Amino acid sequence: MKSGFWQGRRIPLAWLLLSRQPLRLMVALAGICFAGILMFMQLGFRDGLFDASVTVHRLFDADLVLMSPRSMSSISMSGFPRRRLVQAMAHPDVQGTTPVNWNFLLWRNPETLKTRSILALGFEPVDPLFTDPELAAKAKSLTSRGRVLFDQRSRSEFGPIAEWFDEGRIVETELAGKRVRVTGLVSLGPSFGADGNLLTSRETFLELLPSTSPGSIEIGLVRLRPGADPQAVTRSLKESLPNDVQVFTRQDFIDFEKNYWRSSTSIGFIFSLGAAMGFVVGCVIVYQILYSDVSDHLPEYATLMAMGYRLNTLMGVVAREGVYLAVMGYLPAYAAGQGLYALVRSSTKLPVAMDPPRATLVFSLILVMCMASALLAMRRLVDADPAEIF
Amino acid sequence: MNESLTVQVEGLSHWFGIGAMRRQVLQSISMQIAPGEVVLLTGPSGCGKTTLLTLIGALRKVQQGDVCVFGHQLHGSHRGQRQQLRRHIGMIFQGHNLLRCLTAEQNVQMGADLLPELSYRARRDQARYWLRAVGLDDHLSKLPHDLSGGQKQRVAIARALAARPQLLLADEPTAALDSVTGREVVDLLQGLAREQACAVLMVTHDPRIVDVADRLVQMEDGCLLPTLG
Repeated sequence: MKSGFWQGRRIPLAWLLLSRQPLRLMVALAGICFAGILMFMQLGFRDGLFDASVTVHRLFDADLVLMSPRSMSSISMSGFPRRRLVQAMAHPDVQGTTPVNWNFLLWRNPETLKTRSILALGFEPVDPLFTDPELAAKAKSLTSRGRVLFDQRSRSEFGPIAEWFDEGRIVETELAGKRVRVTGLVSLGPSFGADGNLLTSRETFLELLPSTSPGSIEIGLVRLRPGADPQAVTRSLKESLPNDVQVFTRQDFIDFEKNYWRSSTSIGFIFSLGAAMGFVVGCVIVYQILYSDVSDHLPEYATLMAMGYRLNTLMGVVAREGVYLAVMGYLPAYAAGQGLYALVRSSTKLPVAMDPPRATLVFSLILVMCMASALLAMRRLVDADPAEIF
Repeated sequence: MNESLTVQVEGLSHWFGIGAMRRQVLQSISMQIAPGEVVLLTGPSGCGKTTLLTLIGALRKVQQGDVCVFGHQLHGSHRGQRQQLRRHIGMIFQGHNLLRCLTAEQNVQMGADLLPELSYRARRDQARYWLRAVGLDDHLSKLPHDLSGGQKQRVAIARALAARPQLLLADEPTAALDSVTGREVVDLLQGLAREQACAVLMVTHDPRIVDVADRLVQMEDGCLLPTLG
């Protein structure tokens, strides 16, 4: 085995061809790195936005979710009769329900006094809302009127609420034209549709938004008995409930929202197109570099062929150049991607992170880019006619 | 066909171009080279010397006639067969044609790497041996661009010989060199080829080096002239 390896060892021609022309190598690597960063950014934004569209959706303590069929997404919610939740309770597998009001209200920044739209969720403080167990204790403070829990990960345009609250100050401001007091902080995160979030009781919610009918809710959370089959309960609820309400499993509820952003908006297309542009630009750069590299060394390749080297061996050299370029270009792109993701996270609070599938995807794309370019450049090798070098 | 001859050419004709532009460059050439023989091919430029060299060197398809190298018929041979055969033919070019990105030692090892049965270390030792043989032991790790014209040509000779060829083809190896260096290079080539019992076919214009030849062949207008000596 070992002797076979040493037997197969050759002069690392591909590596030497690249490394002995440092300027050309740097240009190639800069190009690949640029393409890689572009792909990381575009794909990162795309996935981040889709993920961000469901930051709140993921937190709900629910096995099934009821929603009005007229609700298209988190930014256009319609109400449905709260009675449907009571009817759902009749199903033997349903253990508990939580009615939730969901709407956007104008929040006044207590520092700058500018208003901005914030997502407000109204629920009965005694009902479970999120799977996070800490919420129950904080929710008790909502039983008094005009109290809200503010999402400390909301964008900074809503004001330094968290800082003030942590300093022990009484934070009061205007929400939908009425005075409210922040009695606690929660950690949810901004989503694509909402720059910030707050939780309040249904009572306060209805007071803030008097046009909402007390019997109408936007979301109904349904918790099932342990061991119950969500699919089966969904089917039977769909049959028993009138068609003014839709039944989703938890995952379908998340996918429904993501799907809205994916299909009803051009976000997915725009960012995929951006990534494709990066790919194409990278292809052009790598092809140019490899093609001119092969062209410049054509007499040398022809000499090797005259010496008895096979065309396949020489193609292998070009292919190896492609692999080296891919790996050497990917590493700085990965590092830069990490840095830029951190920057995006801190400045937009979008949940953009380097996840292994995307890191793999971008590497595969760069590898495909380099290998496709190498394949095209190899066609030039066929022009190397050993008879012409005498 | 005589198997014991290194090169045997019978009635070889060759044309370039197509249609009205078709022009005959070789006219039924016949010649032989015995193992270990040093043959010099001379003639005015454009008489087809290089074409003959590339045909014997298995670099071109034979159009008409027979070319046998080491007993292998080249007429009708495939690209792959010719490539395989070329491993046993050393070639030295007018320009040295060294790989610019490789050191002298690595260039020579590109020749030694064609020997399949040797380990990497043995092939590297081969490369060093041949560089010593051409007197370049002090320049192992220099790039071609740091070497003089004569040194480059000597590296090219070492590279050709490192693959242990039984036939060496050289196309005006002294063309780019001054007379003293040219003489040294040719003497070296002849001496090393003799040691290896390697046949040599050398195309040259240079009248100062004819004395290294066992036999002198003259060519004109695609034909061989009657042998002189």
